Amino acid sequence: MLIKKAADILASEITPKSLYMNRRAFLAGTAIAGAVAVAGVGVQEMASPSEVVQANAKIDGIRKSSFSTTEKITPYKDVTNYNNYYEFSTDKEGPAELAKNFKTRPWTVTIDGLVKKKQVLDVDTILKMAAPEERIYRHRCVEGWSIVVPWVGFSLSELIKRAEPLPKARYVEFTTLNDPQQMPGLRVPVLDWPYVEGLRMDEAMHPLALLCFGMYGEVLPNQDGAPLRIVVPWKYGFKSAKAIVRIRFTEEQPINTWNKAAPSEYGFYSNVNPNVDHPRWSQAKERRLGEFFKRPTLMFNGYDQVASLYSGMDLKKYF
Amino acid sequence: MKLSWLKVAGFLACLAPLERLGWKAYSGNLGANPIEAITHATGDWTLIFLLITLAVTPLRKLTKQLWMIRFRRMLGLFAFFYGLLHFLTYIWLDKFFDLREMLADVGKRRFIAAGFTAFVLLIPLAITSTSGWIRRLGGRRWRLLHRLIYISAIAGVIHYVWLVKADLRKPLQYAFVLLILLGCRLAVWLVPKVRQAAALSSGPAEFSHE
Ligand code: HEM
Repeated sequence: MLIKKAADILASEITPKSLYMNRRAFLAGTAIAGAVAVAGVGVQEMASPSEVVQANAKIDGIRKSSFSTTEKITPYKDVTNYNNYYEFSTDKEGPAELAKNFKTRPWTVTIDGLVKKKQVLDVDTILKMAAPEERIYRHRCVEGWSIVVPWVGFSLSELIKRAEPLPKARYVEFTTLNDPQQMPGLRVPVLDWPYVEGLRMDEAMHPLALLCFGMYGEVLPNQDGAPLRIVVPWKYGFKSAKAIVRIRFTEEQPINTWNKAAPSEYGFYSNVNPNVDHPRWSQAKERRLGEFFKRPTLMFNGYDQVASLYSGMDLKKYF
Repeated sequence: MKLSWLKVAGFLACLAPLERLGWKAYSGNLGANPIEAITHATGDWTLIFLLITLAVTPLRKLTKQLWMIRFRRMLGLFAFFYGLLHFLTYIWLDKFFDLREMLADVGKRRFIAAGFTAFVLLIPLAITSTSGWIRRLGGRRWRLLHRLIYISAIAGVIHYVWLVKADLRKPLQYAFVLLILLGCRLAVWLVPKVRQAAALSSGPAEFSHE
């Protein structure tokens, strides 16, 4: 039953999915006893009704990180069923279903622009650049809700260092896959596709900025940005681009997609800032998913260590 | 007799969205952000009931089914009912009675101001929906007052257009339906006038044919 083969096996550090699936099949089989094992798929569904358990491969050798918060982690079910991922759907419940068959292998990332080493990298090569760390970060959406997610990845700087940006490079631009065949949301011109995000070089080099390929100890689910995304915890969620296919180094400030769509609402920096309201929402408070009362939103989402990046800048102007 | 059964059935049908919402809440199926889910469901149904209410008169005229008019009051009151739930969701669940924050919201956020307008306009309509009030006001004045529902529905659609971030498809669908419904009324009002004008300008010739 249900044993997928080689195509699903990810980087070498990762337990092959086939083994993992095998284990689940074995458990289900034992529980129900041999007689009905033939109807394996049905049985498995009966054994765990309604819950969509995603058997993503475990990532081995994950290290802890001192950047992690000790706050209560948001349930996996919420983080995988409540997604702003317009490439799939503008409904938050949509991406979980629509991204189910999204192909994350083979996958390459083009590194170009103002770098010494222009290259096209296989994603599995990138994943091996450094040891995976668990970073439990607060994640604050511009819409006024927040979650706490145990991401897995390593500092984005690890990749940038290896690309050897030229001294002229002042910004890094990230582009999301633009494949309307696989991503039905792209067939609708809701935003100016492909999705583009950007960081200033010093922001991108900050150790908090994460190059991410997993969460909850497992390979990143498709609806959360697999196979490769960034996570910039002191900025509103939309800055953390998903399913990245291109990383370009530039001298000019990139024009990020939401800024292009509504310049008065979404700036380039988009640092979490309780003192600068969004025209649609007050940003002073946020609702942590799973909690009833709102909590005050913290400057830089509580990541004060980035404050020095913006010293002397008027953050009301550069919102 | 037959009609009253129909009315009971209609009443229960109008409660179905609330029952669905209640059931989802009870069984923990409102998703990761239940308050948002409730806000959206009640907001959607307020607008849907407003549009259904506005559809009664054109449909009745088109189909010549007079009984339809007997449902209009109930449908309008359900629009108000869901609007009230929507509004309560906002002040209770979302803002938790934080008056200062709510006032700031109305002042600063045009989508809230539009929603507020839409809702406030429905209040006098709900109050004067009884037969007593129709008598007291007199049919003509009552009808004039109840044209406020046009403005309420327009404000409701504008509220929706303004609150979405980028995907205008759903609010524009509602806008389209509203346009047709208001267009029907404009046609009903305009066509006789145009005919009259035409009759006047072509003058005696027209008359002589009659
Ligand atoms: C007749 C009056 C109103 C109508 C027809 C209406 C309709 C709607 C609709 C259709 C939605 C979107 C639902 C969705 O996305 O599926 C919505 C959302 C919302 N409405 Fe209303 N509304 C009304 C009055 C109000 C009032 C008075 C307030 C508050 C003062 C309000 C606050 C909100 C909020 C906060 C949202 C959610 C916004 C978001 O998702 O960011 N509405 N409303």
